[in-house]
Amino acid sequence: MIHKIHPDVASALAGIADGATVMIGGFGLAGQPQALIEGLIEQGARDLTVVANNAGNGDGGLARLIELGRVRKIICSFPRQHDSQHFDRAYRAGKIELELVPQGNLAERIRAAGAGIGAFYTPTGYGTRLAEGKETRIIDGRGQVLEWPIRADVALIQAERGDRWGNLTYRMTARNFGPIMASAAALTIASVHEVVPLGALDPEAVVTPGIFVQRLVQVARTGVHGAVLPAAEAA
Amino acid sequence: MTSDIDLKPLTGLPRWSRDQIAQRVARDIPPGAVVNLGIGAPTGVANHLPADREIILHSENGVLGMGPAPAPEHEDDDLINAGKQAVTLLPGGCFFHHADSFAMMRGGHLDVCVLGAFQVAVNGDLANWHTGAPDAIPAVGGAMDLAIGAKQTWVMMDLLTKTGDSKLVAQCSYPLTGLACVKRVYTDLAVFELRPEGALLRDCVEGLDRVALEGLTGLTLRAA
Repeated sequence: MIHKIHPDVASALAGIADGATVMIGGFGLAGQPQALIEGLIEQGARDLTVVANNAGNGDGGLARLIELGRVRKIICSFPRQHDSQHFDRAYRAGKIELELVPQGNLAERIRAAGAGIGAFYTPTGYGTRLAEGKETRIIDGRGQVLEWPIRADVALIQAERGDRWGNLTYRMTARNFGPIMASAAALTIASVHEVVPLGALDPEAVVTPGIFVQRLVQVARTGVHGAVLPAAEAA
Repeated sequence: MTSDIDLKPLTGLPRWSRDQIAQRVARDIPPGAVVNLGIGAPTGVANHLPADREIILHSENGVLGMGPAPAPEHEDDDLINAGKQAVTLLPGGCFFHHADSFAMMRGGHLDVCVLGAFQVAVNGDLANWHTGAPDAIPAVGGAMDLAIGAKQTWVMMDLLTKTGDSKLVAQCSYPLTGLACVKRVYTDLAVFELRPEGALLRDCVEGLDRVALEGLTGLTLRAA
């Protein structure tokens, strides 16, 4: 029987090696796999390359991992924030390498890895500092930059509901990087707020098919969740 | 580069407030348009969209059909905009992942995006992600994708820096975000349209005219 559900975070994270490339989902708090990041801090892997949109906020989560000196390199689009002090300090001290990537290139490079694309040309960043040293071509009269896939050993993502095959649904903007990161990592570990029986997810509404997910663990919901989706217009 | 212009007379000039600039931008967005509003001042455009026009707002973190801020009891960590503020979803709105969201930009599916800027060159070059200061920690986010992706990129900014230098320039000195991508520039003193033949003055505050603006910007401006 296929059974990807783990009893706790520690068991779900077992085996993450030193030197691993780890993708971490989330945009702001939405979709941030907080329990898995806390678990990774406990787990102890170091010399990590982290792929994420941001470089940590405040004192917990990814910021803490950086403060502990466990991240060798970060690949992200938006490291600088008002509360990214731990990244800022590590960066200024030369203790962390930064590969800054325009957000759409970050997303597409991750998607490309999951889709088996060798590399791709994109107009984003052409003629800017972030394209320096990269191969370029004029395609359809437009300058384009050759960008390479980003694949990972591990992806840590937050989804809403999941079943024992690893099928996932998400909640609102918490989806963000989850589906593409799931496809781009050798080992995708998803935390979900609800584990449901096989067949309970509407097959038309599954966002990440279980083939992209290796481990699942249920975690408690934290934070504020008062959104009400709009009612339909009158016919 | 510091301007020789005496700024004192300017302090007496009427200026359009952030809100008034946002109002002008909103007025120019056609019905049915799909629009991305950048972080900061451009976000304020949403407050001025005419009620009789159906306009769809896109947010880079995976929303089409974004609505206004929720009542406090309906705030939700999972329903936020690119600036990480709580928002709502309108009927017909939907969610999607990041690669799809940026395909909407890069693929030319957005009609308009409105961005802030450090500098815009008359040829449409945009600089809005990095001041170039050697100790600055760079962050780019979705700026480069938005700048070159939307069918029309509009900029909203003050025309002059605090020291009186024009931010509409012959050539950007700050690191570029995108080449020849800006079509319109809405400022506190004037509105410009950037065309292959040069910058065209569409409108300006009372008390200024084309010649005065040429003095302030050091640029040749065409009359509308």
